[in-house]
Amino acid sequence: MAVKPRIKLDKKEAKKGDIVEVKALVQHVMESGQRKDSAGKPIPRKILNKFTCTVNGKQVFAADFEPAISANPYIQFKFRAEESGPVVLTWFDDDGSKIVGEELIKVN
Amino acid sequence: MTPNFNRRQALALGAGAMSVAVLGSSSVPALAKNDADDAIKKFTGGKAAAQGRVKLDLPEIAENGNTVPITVSVDSPMTAQSHVTEVLVVADENPRAGVVTFHFSPASGVAEANTRIRLAKTQNVIAVAKMNDGSFFTASKQVKVTIGGCGG
Repeated sequence: MAVKPRIKLDKKEAKKGDIVEVKALVQHVMESGQRKDSAGKPIPRKILNKFTCTVNGKQVFAADFEPAISANPYIQFKFRAEESGPVVLTWFDDDGSKIVGEELIKVN
Repeated sequence: MTPNFNRRQALALGAGAMSVAVLGSSSVPALAKNDADDAIKKFTGGKAAAQGRVKLDLPEIAENGNTVPITVSVDSPMTAQSHVTEVLVVADENPRAGVVTFHFSPASGVAEANTRIRLAKTQNVIAVAKMNDGSFFTASKQVKVTIGGCGG
């Protein structure tokens, strides 16, 4: 099932050197591996363990998530606008799959 | 000991036993603490982190420990010469200490990030920032949690 992350940049166009704020929300259970099912068996961990953001292929921000991150993880951060290009957000799942979202930033 | 206490002695004995019980129970959470200290040591490589420069924004009281908003910001010019490289966030009484690690670079512009975390119970949240020059800064904040957030 393809999950579509919700991504919002606080501005679509920026002057060079401006700070752009990114807010992103993605649907995911973030199963911590600490819980047990009704039969008392531990539910295996399944989380998004890593997040990266690149602008024009250059990494501007990344985070390593632990099971202590809430379900449907929300992340907000900033970057300095240097050049126009795609802002690509990637979440890496424990099972090896990825969730990718993209926005465009125009730098004047 | 003779079994015939008077009332005063019996009360004194009871109080003594109570205080022992209280002492005993208070040492349990200390033992149950997770590997937060180890996680910080591993992150800093044993170096001491100075207080300051790190700002940790968390609610005083979190009604729902399943989703507690946290903002970490570090006072830094974020230039190639002086910037924050990583920020480690740990919670000292969750089942596992690690919460999140943020990676910054001069391209980040501002060393600030916000997310939502799970807290099992009332505890301290600690952030440690690593600077590009190898120094470390830290801040911590206690959050009172009304309903724990680890599905227990």
